[in-house]
Amino acid sequence: MSLDTNQVLAIADLSRLQIDEKSITEFQTNLSNILDLVDQLQAVDTDGVEPMAHPMDAVQRLRADVVTEENNRDKFQKIAPSTEDGHYLVPKVVE
Amino acid sequence: MHNKTLAQISQDLQAGEYSSVEVTQHFLDRINNLDGQYNSFITVTDEKALIQAKAADALRSAGNANEWTGVPMAHKDIFCTEGVRTSCGSKMLDKFIAPYDSTVADNFNQVGAVSLGKTNMDEFAMGSSSESSFYGAVKNPWNEEHVPGGSSGGSAAAVAARLAPGITATDTGGSIRQPAAFCGVTGIKPTYGRVSRFGMVSYASSLDQGGPIARTAEDAAMMLNVMAGFDKKDSTSIDRAVPDYRTDLNKSVKGMTIGLPKEYFSSDLDPAMAQTIQDAIKEYEKMGATLKEISLPNTNLCVPAYYVIAPSECSANLSRMDGVRFGHRCEDPKNIEDLYKRSRSEGFGDEVQRRIMLGSYALSAGFYDAYYKKAQQVRRLIKNDFVAAFNDVDVIMSPVAPSPAFKFGEKSKDPVSMYLEDIFTLATNLAGLPGMSVPAGMINDLPVGLQLIGNYFDESRLLNCAHQFQNATDWHTKTPTGLK
Repeated sequence: MSLDTNQVLAIADLSRLQIDEKSITEFQTNLSNILDLVDQLQAVDTDGVEPMAHPMDAVQRLRADVVTEENNRDKFQKIAPSTEDGHYLVPKVVE
Repeated sequence: MHNKTLAQISQDLQAGEYSSVEVTQHFLDRINNLDGQYNSFITVTDEKALIQAKAADALRSAGNANEWTGVPMAHKDIFCTEGVRTSCGSKMLDKFIAPYDSTVADNFNQVGAVSLGKTNMDEFAMGSSSESSFYGAVKNPWNEEHVPGGSSGGSAAAVAARLAPGITATDTGGSIRQPAAFCGVTGIKPTYGRVSRFGMVSYASSLDQGGPIARTAEDAAMMLNVMAGFDKKDSTSIDRAVPDYRTDLNKSVKGMTIGLPKEYFSSDLDPAMAQTIQDAIKEYEKMGATLKEISLPNTNLCVPAYYVIAPSECSANLSRMDGVRFGHRCEDPKNIEDLYKRSRSEGFGDEVQRRIMLGSYALSAGFYDAYYKKAQQVRRLIKNDFVAAFNDVDVIMSPVAPSPAFKFGEKSKDPVSMYLEDIFTLATNLAGLPGMSVPAGMINDLPVGLQLIGNYFDESRLLNCAHQFQNATDWHTKTPTGLK
């Protein structure tokens, strides 16, 4: 299956990536080739086959609803690009 | 000293032949003097290593040492190590100093091992050649014009170059086995859920699994003993007792049935590779194992299923790299969307961006059933092939890769040709089975790996088979020509 330029740009937008003009064609070719490769799956009869998420079909373990983590905010915020008073700073979102 | 195995170093330390500080300094000197050539390490933690080594020597003097006390090793730069950069081979995490230890790193700290540093890898473990690292490509110690394999190319190359006796690694689609094969060393990917993924940077969560790369099966067993185990911090970890993986090493393989999947030995297989692998399998016949042809009919669907599942999961996992809480942030973002987009595009390399885009597409509205769900259904068919095969055989053998190490640039321009490199290794990740690579011959002076695939939780048997092979052959003892 072949993607057009607009589809590539739409996928980049969904992915929150900004691809520059000159690499669009390369992404277009490579992604289209990969989609051709994975399209082999469409020919397989999978009627009634349960999708497999975990090889041992394990299910989510639950624990008692109590606090188990200590507060590491300061430690974790030390590696953040920008913080103030315990908050992560980003450009203005709401006018 | 550097030609000794982990097990020998452990014994020497226990016998007082040398101290941990001496052996640690020896390996640090080797890394600092020789790794300019291979680029197998991203970060060398000289100071921390010597502090750990001194503490280990003190423990030993006080009579509180175990077999791991003061034994040097290293970690793939995908495992979080508190206070040490954990880059995952990416510009995105170039300044990321992990604020906590992964369970795997913590396990090695708990037993008193010494970490020499963090090894190079394909960016976010996405690749089969270790060419996509932000820190530059890793060179294969056997021939520097050839790739070391990937994504754990740094771990495999460093073990081959005797820069560390054993190094942790991870395997999502072959990333332990293929570099181990290309570099002539031994690696095992355990059953999915056997080794904790906590603090191991996620690529494709339902496939990722940590494991060791070392020179011998015995060393791999010794490392797996430390790595394996239930971890409540990993929701996919399996709560099941861990055996001592060395117990069965010396068992005879007599009477064992080896399955040879006809799809892996098709007429497309390079004749030199086919011959080398058949010669290796003959060794097992000599030791009394029997061979049986088996069929894994859905083999041709492994590459397409994998390249839906892995990119889909990676697109979700890597969404956390958004320039807000950690990692790279672009200069002067105009608004929040600009911050996300530029931070990510500046921080991620091409292959990572490609896989994120592929995954975002496969998971986008209207496509989920056709791609992700379909691939998960095919995944079960692939698993069922193995379940049926293991009714008849004890272990499955095949090549690890279609060829020995290829040259730099040979496949990096064409993603699809790179993806086909993983053709023999992907199935075990999709099925969740343990797989191993054992040095088994040479083609054009480059190492070849024999792949062993076991039933669920049958790591002991794989290590046993590998150990018996290594008792009968000397491929694992070969050193790269010209190695200092």
